[in-house]
Amino acid sequence: MSSLVALPPAWILILGALLVPLLRGRAQIAYVLVLPVLSAVQLLGLFGLAEGAYTQVDLLGYTLTLARVDKLSLVFGLIFHIVAFLSVIYAAHLKDTVQHVAGLVYAGAGIAAVFAGDLITLFLYWELTAIASVFLIWARRTERSYRAGMRYLIIQVGSGVLLLAGTIIHYRATGSLAFDHLGLGSLGTDLIFVAFGIKCAFPFLHNWLQDAYPEATVTGTVFLSAFTTKLAVYALARGYAGTEILIPIGVIMTIFPIFYAVIENDLRRVLAYSLNNQVGFMVVGIGVGTEMALNGTVSHAFAHLLYKALLFMSMGAVLYRAGTIKASELGGLYKSMPLTATFCIIGAMSISAFPLFSGFVSKSMILSAVGEQHYTLAFIGLIFASAGVMEHSGIKIPYFGFFGHDSGIRCKEAPGNMLIAMGVTAALCIGIGVFPGPLYSLLPYDVEYRPYTTTHVMTSFQLLLWAALAFAVLIRTGLYPAERPSVNLDFDWTYRRFLPRLVGTVGRGIGWVQGHVFDRAQRNVGRFLEGVYRHHGPPGVFARTWPTGSTVLWIAVMLAAYLLLYYLQ
Amino acid sequence: MSSEMGAERKRWLDEPRNVTRLVWTLATVCAALVIGDLVYHKHVHFGFEGWFGVYGFFGFAAFFFIVMAGKYLRKILMRPEDYYDE
Repeated sequence: MSSLVALPPAWILILGALLVPLLRGRAQIAYVLVLPVLSAVQLLGLFGLAEGAYTQVDLLGYTLTLARVDKLSLVFGLIFHIVAFLSVIYAAHLKDTVQHVAGLVYAGAGIAAVFAGDLITLFLYWELTAIASVFLIWARRTERSYRAGMRYLIIQVGSGVLLLAGTIIHYRATGSLAFDHLGLGSLGTDLIFVAFGIKCAFPFLHNWLQDAYPEATVTGTVFLSAFTTKLAVYALARGYAGTEILIPIGVIMTIFPIFYAVIENDLRRVLAYSLNNQVGFMVVGIGVGTEMALNGTVSHAFAHLLYKALLFMSMGAVLYRAGTIKASELGGLYKSMPLTATFCIIGAMSISAFPLFSGFVSKSMILSAVGEQHYTLAFIGLIFASAGVMEHSGIKIPYFGFFGHDSGIRCKEAPGNMLIAMGVTAALCIGIGVFPGPLYSLLPYDVEYRPYTTTHVMTSFQLLLWAALAFAVLIRTGLYPAERPSVNLDFDWTYRRFLPRLVGTVGRGIGWVQGHVFDRAQRNVGRFLEGVYRHHGPPGVFARTWPTGSTVLWIAVMLAAYLLLYYLQ
Repeated sequence: MSSEMGAERKRWLDEPRNVTRLVWTLATVCAALVIGDLVYHKHVHFGFEGWFGVYGFFGFAAFFFIVMAGKYLRKILMRPEDYYDE
């Protein structure tokens, strides 16, 4: 194969990041901002190439493909670059070298992973995303973030280990390392599916997301929201398109986080649940697997990356300026941060899929695909989930953050670099919503789709505005519960509370056994030894040294007995 | 309203009457949207989608249900902030 591309995709970011510690101050910021641009220029070069495998290397007898170019990898590569650049702008005020390096390596690994043409390369970048990203959590430098980061890292690396195990078994069975359609049905591909499922935050495998993301730094969460789960969406779309089990999995993903988002007080954690719910829509699209459904998944990932980053940016700005992100302590911030509030509302309207915003032109494609294949229950589930999105992201985030009860907090507007990042992201959210054509042209399949039909627009407005009306009724009647500081039990309870307690209980049980059984046995052995000692030890009756006289007497007695027996015979 | 905010410029939303106006505007738009169902032909995948105002009523009911369910879930799932001792 030709080596048209000298450096594999995103290596500019990964290798370039290693030089960041050598720079200081403005030079460092300028350098950090230039890297994603250079990498994007390299990516644009790939758009001109014919589809196929480039930059292959031979390693230990295996051929690794570092740059597989097709429409699916290109569209993910492009949106990852855009979000990486926006995140770097958002973080440009930072003087924290660790975060700059971690952010760039993490973004680079995510981008490089979508160009991986084989499972080994995928595995290497898969683990690199885990290792690089945990520093964005640890950079908060609190005990809490350290622990959350550790839990996150164990689960992420675990996902990689499953991926590697699955890859080896798959290679043994088929002799192929190619990362193309895999499908379920053999042990190897099943393991790979679970590995993807962990990173994609499937139900019961999801909790690392809500546990760790809100504990990351203000800017770190923006990076985190982008790459890990969407890399998993990409991987599922490539390897398991049309796998029907993904439809129920996805529908459950869209529904159950809604209820957690409603009762959660930490607004960045609300967004983490919301992220889980949005990824569910994409997973359903992959499960349906038709060309329109896959286009829907890809376009939804594209739109989602932007509005979700925007929402995390706005909540990060609130945390940065107001010093808290708890709904119970916030409110009325629109007076201090009007621009951030505006950008947040644009993000909220995009995620809720209001017409003319990005979520509308992408989500409706998934819904149409589900409808066309007549998955009735899934369809109703997704419509229900859409009303739920309106609740937690459309209304709760902006309302409790910026409006609602005035907390009295008065602070400065977000820093200039954050405002620029949010402004550009917000403009993209509206731009995609108003002009979906350019996004549609990037999608993997050529499918004619018109989002702006009277039916779509009318039904969407009905659903969303009536949901908003329900909110108004609940607030005005006092039925809407007040936000309260709390921790809500989720699946992480099993490994943060139940398993440690279980281990503790088992430990105490072992202690009891030792105390009662072993000690008693030991006491009995001791008593036996004491008895032996008493009889045979130095003072014991059997250990006495007897005088010679009595021995002679006993010998005489024995001889007498012998004589007696002799005569009696 | 606290005294320290007395010096602050009063915002449009600070006036409760304006919030009430907003709610009534929203209610009017919602009513109009449902009535709108009568004047165009819906292109739908499922029969139930064609019912009069179904998206509106479903949206209202779903939202209401989610919030009220959340109210009860709090009783089961909510713990003090230091629950995990971190």
